[in-house]
Amino acid sequence: MSQPPSITLHVPEGSESDGQEPSPDNERALHTSFHQLILEQSSLIEAGLELELQERSRDACAMAWPEPGQDEEHPSCSPASLQILANMPSRTIGHNLGAIISQYCNRTARLRCRSRRPPLQQLSRTARPSLRQYDLETDPARATLEEKRGLLVKELLSLPPSQSSHMLLTMPLTLAEKRILRRQLSGQRGPLRQHAHHWAPFSPCGWSKVCVGLGCRGLWYRFLSMLRAAQPWHYALKQIGGRFGSSVLSYFLFLKTLLMLNFFSFFILLAFVVVLQAVYPPASVSRPPFTGLELLTGAGYFTHSLLYYGYYNNVTLNDPCSSTPKGTVCPLAAPPLPYNLPLAYLFSVGVSFLVTCILLVYGVSRSFRESVGSSVGDLAIKVFCAWDFKVIQRRSVKLQCENICTQLKELLVERRSRSHPQSHCQCLGHCVVMLLAWGLALGSVSGCVLAVHYLLEHMHMVQQEQQVQDSGRWQQEAILLVLPLVVSLLNALMPHFFNLLAMWEKQDSPVTQVYVAIIRNLILKTMVLMLLCYQWLSRSVICSTEECWETCVGQDLYRFMVMDFTFTLLDTLFGELIWRLILEKRLKTKQRPEFDVARNVLELIYGQTLTWLGILFAPLLPAVQMLKLLLLFYIKKTSLMRNCQSPSKPWQASRMSTIFITLLCFPSFLGAAAFLSYTIWSVQPSETCGPFRGLETIYESGKRWVLVLEKSNPTITWFASVYQHLLENTSLLFLMSVALIAVIYFNIQVVRGRQRVICLLQEQLANEGEDKVFLMQKLQSIYEQSHRRS
Amino acid sequence: MMKFIQSSGQVGTFRTAQVLSPKGPLQDCTFFTRKEILRLHGRYHEMAPNVVPMDYTKDPDVKLPMQLIINMPELKENPFKERIVESFSEDGEGSLSFNDFVDMFSVLSEMAPRELKAIYAFKIYDLEKTLNKLTREELTAEEITLVCEKVIEEADMDGDGKLGFADFENMISKAPDFLSTFHIRI
Repeated sequence: MSQPPSITLHVPEGSESDGQEPSPDNERALHTSFHQLILEQSSLIEAGLELELQERSRDACAMAWPEPGQDEEHPSCSPASLQILANMPSRTIGHNLGAIISQYCNRTARLRCRSRRPPLQQLSRTARPSLRQYDLETDPARATLEEKRGLLVKELLSLPPSQSSHMLLTMPLTLAEKRILRRQLSGQRGPLRQHAHHWAPFSPCGWSKVCVGLGCRGLWYRFLSMLRAAQPWHYALKQIGGRFGSSVLSYFLFLKTLLMLNFFSFFILLAFVVVLQAVYPPASVSRPPFTGLELLTGAGYFTHSLLYYGYYNNVTLNDPCSSTPKGTVCPLAAPPLPYNLPLAYLFSVGVSFLVTCILLVYGVSRSFRESVGSSVGDLAIKVFCAWDFKVIQRRSVKLQCENICTQLKELLVERRSRSHPQSHCQCLGHCVVMLLAWGLALGSVSGCVLAVHYLLEHMHMVQQEQQVQDSGRWQQEAILLVLPLVVSLLNALMPHFFNLLAMWEKQDSPVTQVYVAIIRNLILKTMVLMLLCYQWLSRSVICSTEECWETCVGQDLYRFMVMDFTFTLLDTLFGELIWRLILEKRLKTKQRPEFDVARNVLELIYGQTLTWLGILFAPLLPAVQMLKLLLLFYIKKTSLMRNCQSPSKPWQASRMSTIFITLLCFPSFLGAAAFLSYTIWSVQPSETCGPFRGLETIYESGKRWVLVLEKSNPTITWFASVYQHLLENTSLLFLMSVALIAVIYFNIQVVRGRQRVICLLQEQLANEGEDKVFLMQKLQSIYEQSHRRS
Repeated sequence: MMKFIQSSGQVGTFRTAQVLSPKGPLQDCTFFTRKEILRLHGRYHEMAPNVVPMDYTKDPDVKLPMQLIINMPELKENPFKERIVESFSEDGEGSLSFNDFVDMFSVLSEMAPRELKAIYAFKIYDLEKTLNKLTREELTAEEITLVCEKVIEEADMDGDGKLGFADFENMISKAPDFLSTFHIRI
């Protein structure tokens, strides 16, 4: 490398007058700045950075796939242009310590100057922002590492402490480097803190505040670390993720979410209703002796227990007026606090639903944010993001390799077929098959619903006959189990039928197959549940002879839950254990059964829906569900480890998790909330049992309470009037829905606007790329010209 | 004093202060808590108990070679293990000091932000070699060429025929699974 080449650029004269403001269209200004840049770069050649050139070009080329087209464009890249290419900020990311430090220094400066950013209209007139990056890089005066470090520390000091420590954490520097920076930061911040301590003793108030603040923060950090350490099942989840990957792991994470939701509901009901009723039990009723059958039927010994609605009293506990005779004035001298149990019952159920709603909506919005992505770029994403680093077992790794290979081949075939679309005949045939399959599926669902309907009527007749005949207790209670048995049987067998249909249908993409299977299963379960809900509320067939119909409904729901759990266990036993034994011993294949995530998750959602439907009629149902989920976790995990293999179908874990939690929120929770609202607003509670006996609707207890409040304390009539006009007026609901729709529309428009901005920016990027190529060519030709001249 | 239990079942004890050296507390520079860093020290120590000291107050210059690190159960079957360890080693050869070791698992933990993971993923991945490692060389050469072409076609934003860091980061931002797949639990 000898003297730097002298570069002169022949620039055509601009046609604009000199009086105008400079704009990006003014090529002269741009060329001048680049002229300076090229001079600076060529001065670096003399500084002897050849060694770095070799290292950088090796790394830079390693990141790129040498295309044949590229060679034609740069047939003989001179070392100088290669060096310039290699020194570009986009190529030096993460390679050079100095480059990283200067880049983050600029980023911090920009963060600080964010308030002084020019408004959007002026953005087109500013020079290209990429030029600013060159300042620190190529300025020879700031070449030393120490000075760059000092500059970065100075920039970090100007940010607030939390932001600067976050910035430090997210920098791609080595840990040793970060520790040096942090030491410098704390060293420079330390004197300021000492300065603060100087004035502290003069104001004891401020000093105690600082102490309290520091103490609280320390406690908070300790609590957070304890929370992370106390994560249940951390090792179990690691094991599962390590062997089976993210898809099967999502099932267990979903189970954990459900457990948490049930815990909150259970805790609220326990604290405000169950414990108090247990401490002040109602007048004792003779209970039949405990036999084992109660655990299955929920009747018998359990009928008059805390488990069901009928046990709860409609009294106000500790009421000071209860002991005085009617007509006299109620003594209000220091009574113990009265506790209105029916009101507590109603409000606890309402609050637990509200808490569940908030948690679900938060979960849905969080997964939506994480999983929204376009389908363009499928192949690139599959190559770079498909490998699950959590998988550590040899066989699972091998399976994952095969998976990805198959998926890449499928995507290639799909791309090829997209360019060669199907003929009309094939399309038509495919449509006909699809219509037939859907017709069959919907027909079978209606058949199932009708079967359940007729079974209900038949069981009702059998029950009436039995009551007339007065047969034994065992027989009577065993009859109760027939309906849950049949429904669970249908829920277990129909998915296999739908799988057969799907195999016949032969969908193009496996992802669509999964969606279609989920939709069909969902329709079946929803229809059956809707029929049952209608029967429970209308009391035409189920619980028509019972006096305490709420307890009857609660018992029915308990039976459904227990039967659902039993069938899940049987399905695990037969579908996984016995199937594996058959495959191994009889068919002598190495294949093992697969864990069907979608079906299992739908079963979990179904069980949770039953719990939510039954909360009003059996307040301890969340506890039963929690127990069920705990047992399910360990049983499923054991069966998985022993009997199953990793899934072979492609799986988009985060999109599926979003779908599951959305399904939990919308059909499941919303349906249960609608059922509950209808029960509270319109259905008459039974006369002889429960906390709402004698009222017209359950909601009336709330109304009566507001009236009592109004009468007792005239100053809070505003509360009563607010209650009357807001909650009972339907126009409020209308206004709220209009507001919600407006918010949704606004968000949609914002998203559309952002997509348009993204398109514009992509065009701008493409233009920048073309500019870069043009400039490199010009640089190359100039270098060759000067080389020829010398 | 704090006890930690090695995976072999032995119980070791060392002072918590020994892990913190005068250069500054370790846990503020990573995404781990103090307890997790101590646990990592236990794992690092058990790989070479004769070489790795218990006492880190003097900040000893101890590096473990790549062969030991890639035999860890979390990395043993990973086809990218050499590239991962190389990207985090200071000397580029693959030997990790304790700082580099903690750094590696900190970036690969679930608390690290997407941008940081994208930077290191860009260092680790090389297009052609990645494809070979992912598919255990079961794709034919023609298929590999086709896939590479399509990937660059999809992801290249500025049209220079190469995947720069900006293109890579843009593609990663569209992949919702990246945060959960580029994650090793330790």
